[in-house]
Amino acid sequence: MPDQGQSDEGGPPPSGSTVTKDKPAGSHRRADNRMAGWLPSVTVTFASIALALLVGAVLILVSDREVIESFSYFFSYPWDAFRSSASAIGESYKALVTGSVGSGGAITATLERAAPLICAGLAVTLAFRAGLFNIGAQGQLVLGAICAGYVGFHYDLPPVAHVVAALAAGLAGGALWGGLVGLLKARTGAHEVITTIMLNYVGAALLTYLLTKESFQQPGSDNPRSEKVAADATFPELLGVHSGILLALLAAVGVWWLLERSTVGFELRAVGANADAGRTAGMSVAKVYTLAMIVAGLLAGLAGAQQVLGHQDSLTANFGGSIGFDAITVALLGRATPLGTVLAGLLFGALSTGGLAMQASAASTPLALTQVLQALIVLFVAAPALVKAVFRFRESDDGGAVMAKGWNS
Amino acid sequence: MSTATKAPQVDPALQVRDPAETQRRIKMGGTLLLVAALIFYFWWSIDDELVYYLLTGERTRDTEPGELATHPVTLVCGVLVLAASAAAFLGLIRRGAVTLISMLIVGIAFLLCFVIWAYADLDVAFKPWITNPLPGTFAIATPLVLGALAGCLCERAGVINVAIEGQFLAGAFFASVVASLTYSAGAGLLGGIVAGVGISAMLALFSIRYLVNQVVLGVVLVVFAQGLTNFLLDQIPNEPKIKAYLNEPPKLDDIAIPGLSELPFIGEAMFNQTILVYLMYASVVIVTLIMFETRWGLRVRSVGEHPKAADTVGIKVRRIRWQAILFAGVFAGLGGAYYTVGSTGSFDKNASSGNGFIALAAVIMGRWHPLWATFAALFFGFMSSLRDQLTLVNKIPSELLTMTPYLATVIAVAGFVGRVRPPAADGEPYVKS
Repeated sequence: MPDQGQSDEGGPPPSGSTVTKDKPAGSHRRADNRMAGWLPSVTVTFASIALALLVGAVLILVSDREVIESFSYFFSYPWDAFRSSASAIGESYKALVTGSVGSGGAITATLERAAPLICAGLAVTLAFRAGLFNIGAQGQLVLGAICAGYVGFHYDLPPVAHVVAALAAGLAGGALWGGLVGLLKARTGAHEVITTIMLNYVGAALLTYLLTKESFQQPGSDNPRSEKVAADATFPELLGVHSGILLALLAAVGVWWLLERSTVGFELRAVGANADAGRTAGMSVAKVYTLAMIVAGLLAGLAGAQQVLGHQDSLTANFGGSIGFDAITVALLGRATPLGTVLAGLLFGALSTGGLAMQASAASTPLALTQVLQALIVLFVAAPALVKAVFRFRESDDGGAVMAKGWNS
Repeated sequence: MSTATKAPQVDPALQVRDPAETQRRIKMGGTLLLVAALIFYFWWSIDDELVYYLLTGERTRDTEPGELATHPVTLVCGVLVLAASAAAFLGLIRRGAVTLISMLIVGIAFLLCFVIWAYADLDVAFKPWITNPLPGTFAIATPLVLGALAGCLCERAGVINVAIEGQFLAGAFFASVVASLTYSAGAGLLGGIVAGVGISAMLALFSIRYLVNQVVLGVVLVVFAQGLTNFLLDQIPNEPKIKAYLNEPPKLDDIAIPGLSELPFIGEAMFNQTILVYLMYASVVIVTLIMFETRWGLRVRSVGEHPKAADTVGIKVRRIRWQAILFAGVFAGLGGAYYTVGSTGSFDKNASSGNGFIALAAVIMGRWHPLWATFAALFFGFMSSLRDQLTLVNKIPSELLTMTPYLATVIAVAGFVGRVRPPAADGEPYVKS
């Protein structure tokens, strides 16, 4: 059912006519329906990344002083301009690749960066499928981290129980913050976009407030920085990576099962596709909204827990960075599917660790470039018609963008 | 007709009660009772007899502050709210205007008592005076109102605009750059407008032409604008001479409107402001009039509600949407300009610090109507201004106070705004079939 809706909106303008145009050229390929389902969207995704890197290359050139200088005498000695351009782009992108997947340490960093992105991304994905736009992953993540961190550094528990308790506290914290949104939506009709935005700020303020309290600060210190989480409460390491990434993958599988294989998930998708139809079919829309937001909060809470329990970290006012917001882009790039979210999370993890390396490289490309790259990749993936036009792909109906739906839910 | 007039004379035991109505009475009455209890707590806990206030003019050595007797005022407010609670339980507060007005009164009474409580019993040598929260309100609300107007225009035309934050950032950055280059804050406003329209153009191109999901698009444009402005900011070398030309704009001057700016209480706040604030007033009027009184406005609303019907009667759906979005960019760009030439001057990373999302919330809270969205933005501005003021008093930890405007918004949305209905075709690209 959702597929139908997607291809309606996501395809190129006259979606009916493209199918007929496609027929003579590739009718043998249409036999394998499943292939046709995902292959084009994979090519479009890769083409989008390539296109984004191309635009990024232009920005690298603009930001490199040496290149700009060499272009000032372009007409007397053009070769210099080309050489310096090539070296700037080469240096930057080489740093991007080696910094993200080039070494064991880089891969570890990428995976650990990706894990919370995936979890928070799943929080957005799940809510999206229920027809809710969850901008509040950031707040849910912060609450999760507060709870997980507090259990992690304040209590003294036996080894295994400690990490389990801290994790459970983190999940509960996130679920509380997400469930509040769902409950408000279900009971009063308060729009989730408003409440999630506002609760993000409330969560952030709560964290800064708690960090001024004695029990949250390191003893003998007045800094807004909590104690380090106890060693017992951190995730065990596997092959040099903390096992949070494993939890992220498990969570993705769980979300997939919930969405695709369970009754609840069916109700969730049905309400997401058309709340009125769901209500008519006897589903409790209020229950679905509340449940979806609780689970979404749970997932975001997991992301928060990973941030503090991953490496025996302390809570600080901005420990979460912008993971909760990046998660929105991750989920949307992943087309609101669990698998897509995992892949998108890995890509964004790689981009952000690679971005740091790029900044440190000889070309010293600004970190903001990765942000532009991320935006462009998502933009192009969401606009398959544009990418196809640029690369002159043979037209075929692809998976389409994420549910083209408005506020009506 | 006759049965209707006779109805009250029927034995009360036989009257059918709507359970939803009963529930509403209990909820409203209970909430008001809680508010009254809080006010009585303030009344009981305050020791000081007087608090001082100064609502108009500047504080100088000779100014005498106004005096407010704490106990009588809080007591009166408490009784008022208690009465309102009783009225709610008895079902005297009907839906509609009566509810609105009584809630407004209760809200003001509560805030008044809260402020009195916050300013009373302070353990400091010089008692701070309660000052006028309105100047702060307009300062905070100006960009929010402009952003909300942009949101209304886009969404009434059927295109979701999550990218207000992106438009703010682009507007703020380019306003700063243009103002620095030309050394004219007014030219900076134009720069902001151009940037806002630029992001609008991207929004329109990708949503109308390439049919990208508009929520995705909005989020992406915010990230894009963040990345782009940060990137460009990094490109400005840190040498004072060059920086002066690129990111040290002049600020807009305050212009006092003769006569009006002398008004007590509101004069200073509303009519001694920068041109941007006056533009904001004008924008509210212009957008409201255009949207509801002109042919183009009717077309905008029609393509947002039922594009197919609009198309059938010969309205060019895509063209109207393009126009509405580009027009919206003007306001969002102006709103962004507030964050540089309108207030602080030079552009910093994330200058608008998430306020575009608050403007989006104002659009929804205002039910996609420019006037109501303006009120929503002003409400938020008022709460923030009050918060900033109370932060100075130090009675409540400032970290906790930070969250009050956001909490107040959640309460307002959950308690009074409730379910909202967006334009029917909001977010749905129109494809001719």
